[in-house]
Amino acid sequence: MRNPDPPIVCIRDLRFQRGARLIFDGIDLDIQRGKVTAILGPSGTGKTTLLRLIGGQLAPSGGSVLVEGQDVQQLGQSALYTLRKRMGMLFQSGALLTDLTVFENVAFPLREHTNLTPALLRSLVLMKLEMVGLRGARDLYPRELSGGMARRVALARAIALDPNMILYDEPFSGQDPISMGILVRLIRELSDALGLTSVLVSHDVAETNSIADYIYVLAGAKIVGVGTPAQLQASSSPMVRQFMGGLADGPVPFHFPARGYLEDLLAPTP
Amino acid sequence: MTGLLADLGRASLGVCERLGRGHLFLLQIFLGLPSLARRPRLLMVQVWSVGVQSLLIIVVAGTFVGMVLALQGYNTLVTFGAEQSLGVVVAKSLLRELGPVIAALLFAGRAGSALTAEIGFMKATEQLSAMEMMAVNPVHRIVVPRFVAGVTAMPLLATIFTAVGILGGHFCGVGLLGVDDGAFWSQMQAKVMLVDDVLNGVLIKSLVFGFVVSWIAVFEGYDAVPTSEGVSAATTRTVVHSSLAILALDFILTGLMFN
Repeated sequence: MRNPDPPIVCIRDLRFQRGARLIFDGIDLDIQRGKVTAILGPSGTGKTTLLRLIGGQLAPSGGSVLVEGQDVQQLGQSALYTLRKRMGMLFQSGALLTDLTVFENVAFPLREHTNLTPALLRSLVLMKLEMVGLRGARDLYPRELSGGMARRVALARAIALDPNMILYDEPFSGQDPISMGILVRLIRELSDALGLTSVLVSHDVAETNSIADYIYVLAGAKIVGVGTPAQLQASSSPMVRQFMGGLADGPVPFHFPARGYLEDLLAPTP
Repeated sequence: MTGLLADLGRASLGVCERLGRGHLFLLQIFLGLPSLARRPRLLMVQVWSVGVQSLLIIVVAGTFVGMVLALQGYNTLVTFGAEQSLGVVVAKSLLRELGPVIAALLFAGRAGSALTAEIGFMKATEQLSAMEMMAVNPVHRIVVPRFVAGVTAMPLLATIFTAVGILGGHFCGVGLLGVDDGAFWSQMQAKVMLVDDVLNGVLIKSLVFGFVVSWIAVFEGYDAVPTSEGVSAATTRTVVHSSLAILALDFILTGLMFN
């Protein structure tokens, strides 16, 4: 199953701690070029943190994160910014710049990093907006967009500089079925048509299964499952089965740690 | 007792750490200043936002402060038959103290709080993170233009406040209380000194106040906890810390320049 090309992202023995809480405890992970790789896991397992570590926005407590063969933590600001120009990121909220129109949001990275003529810049922005179906919304402000539209604009902005890799942070959460379907199709099409490497962080199992080439399942600061969607569906690991099947009972507790239910109910009011 | 001492120690360390972060942030701003030369339009937009849009409050407040000064000054001066010196009293009070101080307090309340809220909101909605991921330095793109605009706008606003205050004082003193028009202006012209009153007073003080208020405002926004409560608390801190800093610095500057 493994791609013979060296992975675009290579994570080894990654440890990350926030306060007293251990988020990652020595995880190893490879992202293959040109593939859609999904990171699945329950809420709060550090999926977004993992994207920020790949993007160099956070520093690990230990281990290494190599992107295109470069250790992200060892890069100076200039080299890190050069690397980020080849890396798009779709934030969970869209993170559109609220004082700019849709057109200007997509044009933003182009204006910052290129010297394109106004005519060429306009054509490029309209092409990106056409890809996400929002060419007609170019003059709207982010406050005038629905959640799904905002995420599609953010996607157009993320691909504006034609990156090699896109990091998607929970692209499906809070989306209606139509928006979700459009996003699923867009992510797959972008990956296939442009040869983009996609790293998808999500807890929407069905949608992720439908587009991912490879899936890592995170839980309890460790990677508990690795494989293709079909392999994971057939996994015998209780943790993977619980997550892939959306089961309340299993090794991942539904309840936050607390004293006994009856004891709590009968305890005197403080 | 030990717990109290530990809390005190923790709080002191927290203050020191925050001061350190604030100074490092200021260093980042200074390092980002050259980037503004490539994009002067960003500065113009911010001067409009923090400066021009503060004009109304500055003009209205300046007018009333000048009128009150004239009223109070007249009541005192007329006892000694010195009401013809009203112009000097109004002008010197405004130029040396009230102009820069009140304009800076108003600036902190209107523009400073807006700067903090805007940057804090951008942080809470991941706009700053998105810029970082687009290889755009948010300190250069967002903070530097706002900081420089604040430092630039403050002396202009204080000068306008002072000028409007003098006109308000003239309206009240000459128009309503009957002070001689010629005496009002000629005594002011004779007694107001360019260096002592205008340069040391309104210009240098307001430049220092503008620097400090803008620094506090952009730092509080950038350092805000990215939640609605965090941004709200940061905005409050901007107004409180800026106001206290203005009053304390006014005392120090007055001591240094006028004694």
